[in-house]
Amino acid sequence: MQNNVNITKNVTEYRQDFAIIANWVKFGTKVLDLGCGDGELLQFLRSSLETKGYGVEKDDTNLIACVKNGINVIQMDLEDGLSGFEDQSFNTVILSQTLQAMHNTEEIVLEMLRVGKEIIVTFPNFGYWRNRMQITAGRMPVSKALPYQWYDTPNVHLCTINDFDYFCHHHNIEILERRVITDGKEVNFMPNLLGSLAMYRLKSK
Amino acid sequence: MSENNSIGIVAPQTAHFSEPLTLKSGAVLAQFNLVYETYGTLNADKSNAVLICHALSGTHHVAGKYTEQDKYPGWWDNLVGPGKPLDTNKFFVIGVNNLGGCHGSSGPVSINPATGKPWGSAFPIVTVEDWVNSQARLLDQLSITQLAAVIGGSLGGMQALQWTIAYPDRVRHALVIASAPNLTAQNIAFNEVARQAIITDPEFHGGDYYEHGVVPRRGLRIARMLGHITYLSDDAMGEKFGRKLKDDIKYGFNVEFEMESYLRYQGDKFAGEFDANTYLRMTRALDYYDPALAYNGDLSKALSQTQAKFLVLSFTSDWRFSPARSREIVKALLDNESTVSYAEVTAAHGHDAFLMPDKHYHAILRTYLSNIEVGGNHAK
Repeated sequence: MQNNVNITKNVTEYRQDFAIIANWVKFGTKVLDLGCGDGELLQFLRSSLETKGYGVEKDDTNLIACVKNGINVIQMDLEDGLSGFEDQSFNTVILSQTLQAMHNTEEIVLEMLRVGKEIIVTFPNFGYWRNRMQITAGRMPVSKALPYQWYDTPNVHLCTINDFDYFCHHHNIEILERRVITDGKEVNFMPNLLGSLAMYRLKSK
Repeated sequence: MSENNSIGIVAPQTAHFSEPLTLKSGAVLAQFNLVYETYGTLNADKSNAVLICHALSGTHHVAGKYTEQDKYPGWWDNLVGPGKPLDTNKFFVIGVNNLGGCHGSSGPVSINPATGKPWGSAFPIVTVEDWVNSQARLLDQLSITQLAAVIGGSLGGMQALQWTIAYPDRVRHALVIASAPNLTAQNIAFNEVARQAIITDPEFHGGDYYEHGVVPRRGLRIARMLGHITYLSDDAMGEKFGRKLKDDIKYGFNVEFEMESYLRYQGDKFAGEFDANTYLRMTRALDYYDPALAYNGDLSKALSQTQAKFLVLSFTSDWRFSPARSREIVKALLDNESTVSYAEVTAAHGHDAFLMPDKHYHAILRTYLSNIEVGGNHAK
């Protein structure tokens, strides 16, 4: 599934998670990015892989940023699902570091699997040792990956890598690939303890 | 509104078309006139033309004033002008009065060349498709092969949509605002009540009231009052008028609530300046428009040949052309993998919001329009 497209040259300018996502998306395919922000990822995928991209975004300021960046953006709330998008109409549907802030977590993953042939889900791993340390010390974790206080966090459904593996198993979702990174570097040893960001490529079984 | 960045003094022009126009109904207009206004300068390669399609009661007078003394500028003056979201320093903007209108284009009030008398009831029923075809004739006459953009709100949005269907290679961008791919039953119902108010007015005379020297004022007034209720949201009305009284309760049927006062004022004003036959035709055009009809209700198929890039925009409090209707258009465009963005603007003003200078709304339009590429130097 790896792309042979020469994107390594530009990758250093971008986030490591973008580079991994770019390796999971095929050249010239149709991509839907949920919670696309200002369209940065879609721009990256368009310039490196000539994807046909659409973003979904709720926020007014981000919407204007997308329009400015020439990104197709559909303003809607992911909590309402993906009505308006046909079954299996996208090659890849991406939810990048938004899962933990969703209320309808289960529904959105199932909706993504309905609309996308493959989906990419990334989230901050709550099982990361620094989080565990802070919990052990009696405080809710605050870190670069989780920069909020318990009282102002948008993150309502934090989970660990093991939790998400179990979720996939339980929902008959096939894990095609899983990558875990910490500070921009891949983690292969004890990922649920040493990994800060979890990235999954999934499809329905 | 501030007078800054006004396009200034403008003047309408009239285009005459002597080639017959066959209408969707099968009727033929042997010849017709369209009155229009333009703002800005058409560039050398004619790539910066933007057509504005008007809604039910709109006109070709989109921006600027006819004289310094005019109390009000054109109906979308907050959008169109130098430095405004639709920037006349960049674009050549065209406003046109639709066929069947009452502001100079051929319509029930204009003289039927065959009889030398006003058309009245004899003026044919015109449709959104007919309007777009006649607008295309106007572009031909202006030697414009392709529009940089077509923009419209409400019924104007239907025309913008129709442009992309009927003339896919003549539109680069379509901005479809507070619109719908067809009217709901409820919307048709509102239109029918409005028409009944007019048609049952004793002074309607089957539409030939001109020769009786009267106008069906009462009917038109009620039609407009009804319209105004539906253009506002319950919240906007509540905020603007609430249950405010002009004076004490009088236990009678004269104007007592501010709401009544507003409706009567709007009704009277409109009945004094608009033509009832035009109102009937505009509402009918709304009822009939349904591009999916020819495709067994499949809007995606109806839009499959479009080439334009789309910006679809709706307003949260608009219940007459609700966001759900705009999302139908967006879905059909997504099905066709069209280039489309959709904005759902949080606004309290109901359907009327599309005419308001809401900051966020205008920022979206400004951003989108500034990204539209037009050819090199302006002609001069």
